[in-house]
Amino acid sequence: MNTATTIDDALTAPAGASSAASPTSTGAASSTGPSPAAATASVTTPRITTPAMKPAARKRSFKLSRKLRQRMLSAIAIVSMFALWELACIVFNISGLILPRPSAIFAVLLEKGPLLWPHAMQTLYTTITGFALGVLAGVVIGMIIGSSRFAYDVAYPLLVGFSSIPKVAVVPIFVVWFGAGTVPAILTSMVICTFPVVVNVATGLAHTEPELQDVLKVLGARKLDILWNVGLPRALPYLFASLKIAITLAFVGTVLSETVAANKGIGNVMIIASGNFDVPLVFAGLFILAAMGIMLYVISSLVEQRVTGWAARGNEVAMG
Amino acid sequence: MNQPFIDLRDVTVRFGAADSETSTLALDRTDLRIDTGDFVALVGPSGCGKSTILKLIGGLLSPSSGGVIVDGREVGGPHRTRIGLAFQNPTMLPWLTVRENVMMPLKIVEPFRQHYRAKKKGEYAERADALLAQVGLTGMGDKRPWQLSGGMLQRASLCRALVHEPQLLLLDEPFGALDQFTREELWGTMQNLWMTQRPTVLLVTHDLREAAYLATRICVMSARPGRILEERNVEFPRPRSIEMSYAPECAELVQALRLRIAEARSDLSPRTTEPSVSLVGAEKEAA
Repeated sequence: MNTATTIDDALTAPAGASSAASPTSTGAASSTGPSPAAATASVTTPRITTPAMKPAARKRSFKLSRKLRQRMLSAIAIVSMFALWELACIVFNISGLILPRPSAIFAVLLEKGPLLWPHAMQTLYTTITGFALGVLAGVVIGMIIGSSRFAYDVAYPLLVGFSSIPKVAVVPIFVVWFGAGTVPAILTSMVICTFPVVVNVATGLAHTEPELQDVLKVLGARKLDILWNVGLPRALPYLFASLKIAITLAFVGTVLSETVAANKGIGNVMIIASGNFDVPLVFAGLFILAAMGIMLYVISSLVEQRVTGWAARGNEVAMG
Repeated sequence: MNQPFIDLRDVTVRFGAADSETSTLALDRTDLRIDTGDFVALVGPSGCGKSTILKLIGGLLSPSSGGVIVDGREVGGPHRTRIGLAFQNPTMLPWLTVRENVMMPLKIVEPFRQHYRAKKKGEYAERADALLAQVGLTGMGDKRPWQLSGGMLQRASLCRALVHEPQLLLLDEPFGALDQFTREELWGTMQNLWMTQRPTVLLVTHDLREAAYLATRICVMSARPGRILEERNVEFPRPRSIEMSYAPECAELVQALRLRIAEARSDLSPRTTEPSVSLVGAEKEAA
């Protein structure tokens, strides 16, 4: 909004400056009226805005370069972290059994890549399935809770109770029910990522303006009409904000379950590798998890930007 | 026309249980009759229950006792009068275009609802555009609400309240948040819309000049619990102009209304002077 006004100022400024002497243009420029005070005011405004135009233009090009610079800096930060790590390992002569050098880890990644690949895919598959199920459950529960004050009050303590159980404690139960393997991992990641979605969807629905609800109720809208036309779109930004948290949590759930009871997946590889004191392999697993986590985070935030781009400006309208 | 379009009979509204101390009496045995096609303005001290009356008629609130009859039927029944509603806050949905916002009632109200899918690109969009043009928002249909100013949003909000050609239009201080020039401009727009569609209008307002400019009848309410103290017909010829609202006869009307409301407010004064009385007592004790 701010940028829009500055651009407008910049556009109108030269026109005002060139024809400030003619009385008709001063009248048009200032809505207060053709008094002498207003005329001088409209002469001074271009004087202020003309120099302001250049910084505005410069700002735009500066902004681009700033973004580029920021990207470069974060790339440098990552590289220098690895460099520092490598250097520290050499300087302090740290054993590869405790903290392997990054170069050694990358070597393992390259060497055992084909072997690790199916495990990575297993973890990814489990995470995404658990995430999808968890989000689905979260949206449904959140909709039920968020659209009725009564359901909210009744179910909230229950939900808080469920969410405060440490998820490690749930894995053995799932293993007893479904046996070791993929199912407990999917269920763990589902359970762990449901709660933030529930809370956010319920909050989003509860934030529907009462005036707007009144406008629709007077029209004879049913509860479902209001939910569909107003509540759900209003809750979308909240939902997407929670998806970014949920996807990272889903990873936690999967790896947790894989380390406890599985015969496949990165978590399983890491637990076996650490049993064999193959520390570089453990770290390699960690790197793979980090890479996949970043990837999914980026995907969900890109989707968020596309779907709920209106939200950032929408809030501004609500405030102004 | 013998039967009034809106008929409030002996309506009492109490918030909270009747015997509890926290309960407040918002309306006390109020009567109000509005004929079809009237433009009634409701004025009175703040908190006197103006908006409560509006909500009663809109079916958003049910009375504790008494009857609210709109168009010959008890409010809240299955057969609904077509009603439009606009508030001080325009409440446009930011993810829709202005046109889609204006078309929202057509998506919900029968009989438009069943044709919405088929006609939303054609007939309904044209209808919304025609209304937008009438309030001076030509070509703004494709913009998003955040790209419009407060006055423009309020115009769009009026369009949304009128797009389904309501028999009854309820306005709760729709121009309250606007600057004076925009407000006066919108009075003209409102008068124009009313004269073309001729819905029955109930306008809740604090602005007496607004009431005098727009209304065919002005109802003055007492302080809480609210009752209608006085009703005045406004006979100025239409279309009325802003200049008219500054003319002596209009100023006279506004002044008379002002005095009446000041009187109604003074019913509150014992409560406000109470502390000073006790202060005098304290001084006496000190002496």
